[in-house]
Amino acid sequence: MEDERSFSDICGGRLALQRRYYSPSCREFCLRCPRLSLRSLTAVTCTVWLAAYGLFTLCENSMILSAAIFITLLGLLGYLHFVKIDQETLLIIDSLGIQMTSSYASGKESTTFIEMGKVKDIVINEAIYMQKVIYYLCILLKDPVEPHGIAQVVPVFQSAKPRLDCLIEVYRSCQEILAHQKATSTSP
Amino acid sequence: MVLKAFFPTCCVSVDSGLLVGRWVPEHSSAVVLAVLHFPFIPIQVKQLLAQVRQASEVGVAVLGTWCHCRQEPEESLGRFLEGLGAVFPHEPWLQLCRERGGTLWSCEVTHRQAPTDPSAPGEDQVMLIFYDQRQVLLSQLHPPTVLPDRQAGATPASTGGLAAVFDTVARSEVLFRSDRFDEGPVRLSHWQSEGVEASILAELARRASGPVCLLLASLLSLVSAVGACRVFKLWPLSFVGSKLSTCEQLRHRLEHLTLIFSTRKAENSAQLMRKANTVASVLLDVALGLTLLSWLHGRSRIGHLADALVPVADHVAEELQHLLQWLMGAPAGLKMNRALDQVLGRFFLYHIHLWISYIHLMSPFIEHILWHVGLSACLGLTVALSLLSDIIALLTFHIYCFYVYGARLYCLKIHGLSSLWRLFRGKKWNVLRQRVDSCSYDLDQLFIGTLLFTILLFLLPTTALYYLVFTLLRLLVVAVQGLIHLLVDLINSLPLYSLGLRLCRPYRLAAGVKFRVLQHEAGRPLRLLMQINPLPYSRVMHTYRLPSCGCHPKDSWGALCRKLFFGELIYPWRQRGDKQD
Repeated sequence: MEDERSFSDICGGRLALQRRYYSPSCREFCLRCPRLSLRSLTAVTCTVWLAAYGLFTLCENSMILSAAIFITLLGLLGYLHFVKIDQETLLIIDSLGIQMTSSYASGKESTTFIEMGKVKDIVINEAIYMQKVIYYLCILLKDPVEPHGIAQVVPVFQSAKPRLDCLIEVYRSCQEILAHQKATSTSP
Repeated sequence: MVLKAFFPTCCVSVDSGLLVGRWVPEHSSAVVLAVLHFPFIPIQVKQLLAQVRQASEVGVAVLGTWCHCRQEPEESLGRFLEGLGAVFPHEPWLQLCRERGGTLWSCEVTHRQAPTDPSAPGEDQVMLIFYDQRQVLLSQLHPPTVLPDRQAGATPASTGGLAAVFDTVARSEVLFRSDRFDEGPVRLSHWQSEGVEASILAELARRASGPVCLLLASLLSLVSAVGACRVFKLWPLSFVGSKLSTCEQLRHRLEHLTLIFSTRKAENSAQLMRKANTVASVLLDVALGLTLLSWLHGRSRIGHLADALVPVADHVAEELQHLLQWLMGAPAGLKMNRALDQVLGRFFLYHIHLWISYIHLMSPFIEHILWHVGLSACLGLTVALSLLSDIIALLTFHIYCFYVYGARLYCLKIHGLSSLWRLFRGKKWNVLRQRVDSCSYDLDQLFIGTLLFTILLFLLPTTALYYLVFTLLRLLVVAVQGLIHLLVDLINSLPLYSLGLRLCRPYRLAAGVKFRVLQHEAGRPLRLLMQINPLPYSRVMHTYRLPSCGCHPKDSWGALCRKLFFGELIYPWRQRGDKQD
């Protein structure tokens, strides 16, 4: 069962949340971030090339121009491969674990899987980010030594940064699965 | 809890049969290792499973039945399969079925006893997780989870379910040893059933490595015995040996070679990787060294180098003389104390004169020395670089001497000044109590003390300037040596084998797993594909770094600045086992 809704992130950009309900024990949430805007790309390229042309008129060395082109290309490729995240996915499977995938604009995917045995809870937390106070969804991991302690806090949707209304949707679905998992787990 | 059935991808298209594997009750997961085909005799199956259980210490059992219907589902087969549940009692009993078309899967779980927990949902949910058996067998999870309990079937509940799956598949190698060409009593399907993987080269290497290792290990023990003999422990040789980085590097390499050729087998995978990385590092070193050797000895480059060396040393000495002349005049417009200036300047100039005469004395032998030093590159690039670093240290010995003279003078002056400053204020350093106490001095003590204080204070700029200039020169030389040491360290500690493995066989080094949901139909069990998530390169470097020589700076930046201010001598590179000065 698929469902798509439109939300906004903390800066006002448009996000699309796609929910897939595979079975009572498996759900997937896919957040698509706004694409690379042509305007910012043109602006950066123009600044770099204008600066290179300015240096060229000073130094009369044509290597500067080719170096500027090279730097722009490499910079763009590096940005697309290492920085620009297109889509973030959260897959929650009852009694198996939680998987977070980030897909970059160049197609690279980076995945983290956390086993259900290590997950204590999923909560919405408040944080101070630059000059704003934002909400973010995070997974709390159990501490092996202390039964009521928390070893680590893993934030979810770090680069999409959706607002509270989107987070509440995801939070509700996840809590349903976690509640079901806690009810049927064999260990106390 | 949802029941998880781990099914190997190699068995997806095989004929019907029995599911053989291990049941992990704590995580409610069934790990299917192989499919046993019809016809079979139940007694033989039970015997085989008992043998496998004993050999691998894994609780393999018959978990259920596998039915692959290519045409219409047969009624008789269905009832036959149900009857098998009585022959091989296992709780719970799985019945996996793949219907025609290939995408319709079904899985039924039957419990013999009634569920003990009344609040558990009536129908068990089942999840099918497909895994690549070969990759899971060969891969290694990081961080490695230690499973202390190796009894058949027992797994501590605190370990993750996935670690248990990996462990089960890895330990059941004995089950995968037979393939379909073997004439055995039963016919199994697993990842090696099309033919056992083996390599002739690997087998030959294994056979040859025994005697070769023995021979080389005895040779190396001879070399280390020679190196450890009493002659080298006597004072001049031991001092020289501890100061030269070449000796340290040679010792390090000898340790590495002893590790590689030791006849003891590696106990766990970490030690095996360490050995492999050491071999790769030594091979790279020797290859780079031989390249350097061929470059140096071709086209009489050594002659050119030797010809260039003496003029360069002369030039450096000349520059130093110019510098001292400049200091003896009015450097940067500062007014120096003429007498002290002349004394220090003349002293250092004479020192340079001695040094230049020494270099000129050595000049006929330089080419021969360089030629023999160049030969040492065949031992490895790191040895050649360490030799280069030592040669630089020897050639700039005069700069080191100047630095020591300047530092000692400055240090003396600073201590004198601080002590006399305390006298000026009427205080004294109490050695017993390690603190500053007030003290009443006599008039003549005060008079002489103030006089000396004034003299030292007005001579301070001159000494400080000499100290500053020579410290900067010394720091420059130390920086160059430091760069060379960094390069040597890099070659020593780079885990090439692990990086190559991560590049070419990424499934061998696993940071974890990742799941992909396969096409899902309503009413059918959920199907997932489990793939290996390879370790990122940064973690590979961090986990498998070889231990380096340990020559990194011991002082923090703050401590270094403090030492420089007070004129204490700095030795940035402390080798292991050096006495503190």
